[in-house]
Amino acid sequence: MSRQQTQRLAVILITAVAVLVFVPVILVISYVILSGIGTINWEFLTAMPRNGMTEGGIMPAIVGTLVLTMGTAIVSMPVSILAAIYLAEYAKDNKLTRTIRMAIVNLAGIPSIVYGLFGLGAFVLAAGFGTSILAGALTLGIMTMPVVISTAEEAITAVPQQFRTVSQSLGATKWQTIRHQVLPHALPGILTGMILGLSRAAGETAPILFTVAAFYVPTLPNSIFDQTMALPYHLYVISTQVPGMPLSIQYGTALVLLLITLTLTLLATGVRTSVRRRRDW
Amino acid sequence: MTTVQTPPPGAPSRRLGEVIIEALIVLAGASTVIIVALIFIFLLREGINTFLDIPLRQLFGQRWYPIEGYFGLLPLLVGTALVTVGAVLIAVPLGIIAAIYLGEIAPTWLREILKPLIEVLAGIPSIVLGFLGWVALAPIIQNLGAPTGLTAFTGSLLLAYMALPTIISISEDALYAVPKEYRDGSLAIGATQWQTIWRVVLPAARSGLVIAVMLGIGRVIGETMAVLLVTGNAANIPAFGPGMFFSPVRTMTATIAAEMGEVAQGSLHYNVLFGIGLILFLITFTVNWLAARLVGGNGARRSRGGLL
Repeated sequence: MSRQQTQRLAVILITAVAVLVFVPVILVISYVILSGIGTINWEFLTAMPRNGMTEGGIMPAIVGTLVLTMGTAIVSMPVSILAAIYLAEYAKDNKLTRTIRMAIVNLAGIPSIVYGLFGLGAFVLAAGFGTSILAGALTLGIMTMPVVISTAEEAITAVPQQFRTVSQSLGATKWQTIRHQVLPHALPGILTGMILGLSRAAGETAPILFTVAAFYVPTLPNSIFDQTMALPYHLYVISTQVPGMPLSIQYGTALVLLLITLTLTLLATGVRTSVRRRRDW
Repeated sequence: MTTVQTPPPGAPSRRLGEVIIEALIVLAGASTVIIVALIFIFLLREGINTFLDIPLRQLFGQRWYPIEGYFGLLPLLVGTALVTVGAVLIAVPLGIIAAIYLGEIAPTWLREILKPLIEVLAGIPSIVLGFLGWVALAPIIQNLGAPTGLTAFTGSLLLAYMALPTIISISEDALYAVPKEYRDGSLAIGATQWQTIWRVVLPAARSGLVIAVMLGIGRVIGETMAVLLVTGNAANIPAFGPGMFFSPVRTMTATIAAEMGEVAQGSLHYNVLFGIGLILFLITFTVNWLAARLVGGNGARRSRGGLL
């Protein structure tokens, strides 16, 4: 086989593999949309489940997921953004900084079910929060920290050094410079990381299994010490634990969950792209 | 950089606020280390009895039957290993070749479409993929002739696609980091594009590709919900041979997820589930530590690809 033939064959094979990677993604998304779209109507989104969850809607699970996602944001965002500021603006190249970077890498790699165990041991039992929104949001919040920190740090580091120099030469302190010059310019990047982190939190099942998720509660949560239903756990429950569950409800639930996480993902990508286009430095 | 430490006139209270906020910033940075330590401490506290109360011979025994007091971890370790090896065998070639396609072959307009698609894949919740594996993929695999559709292979296939975003984005970074001069030099002396990729670009990107594979493995070992739904959850060791990939297995993660809801807090079974969590923690810790060592001081930055 000549070099040119090898070249042509290689390109064909590489392209074929790329098709194998990307086409299933499109198929999976379209399959869930086509199978679930028929189930979704106003009642499905806003009604309580009825008749052993085989009829009615999934409103409490949707509300639960939204509440948990908000709780995750409240837990995770302030500390993650401060940690990112530390790494980008304050950290010197010393042992503490290296340890912190190592810790973030490890947090990112810890399996989600292990976060669930930690949440059970630390928040549900040791702290005495019980199976509650508080325990779940703390667990999910800690789990999302590495994503938010890494993205935010990158966004802060990308702000040109001259901005800081000019600000400080005009008499601003380091924190004033960060607060009024660096953060506003890094905001879209930080936002991207936040939304990506929340999209991950909204779709996770394993960390909420033992910390907050309820099989079935007929009411909406009243306080942060209540249990709540949540979409990912609900999908697990109705697809494996409840006999005789109509497939339409399963597909409908999967689609609602997918739409929530994908909307967040695309929002994050959209923010990033539009910022890169408009960036004037 | 040098800091100008003069407070602005007429705003003394800002100075105090600044001290507080800067203390909080340091504290937030340190909190990441504290959290990792806390996770380890809690896993150890609840899980240590596994290794103290159960004789090692029994712990590495072949029977996982907690109701009768058999806590042999071997079937779970083998289950995790089978699913992981299968997923890596699928995901590594697919991921690296897809990265080559994106970085070296695809036209720009197509790359602009395909790259967000990777993030879309990363954004699909694992329970949704598990659900699809359960209702749609398992029947297909059964129709291909396996005794059941719920096998290690079914899990590997799903996990491979879940690991792809990690592997593709880090591999692509590694390929992108290879200087353009290398490619130009190779092409200038008459090599074809494929020869350049195979002999010049891939070897130059080697360490980055190894990291991509390692973080992909870390992602696969820890995945829970998809394997819980599609691997059949049979805690036994399949006979050695190619057929073992098509037997039902049960992974460590799935065991924790399936059984924690039913155990009494403080019982030995409860301790053992935490002990399994501790083992998982140590495995992923090691994998990530090794990967970070390979990258050098830039570990946290690199891992971003694994998070998207």
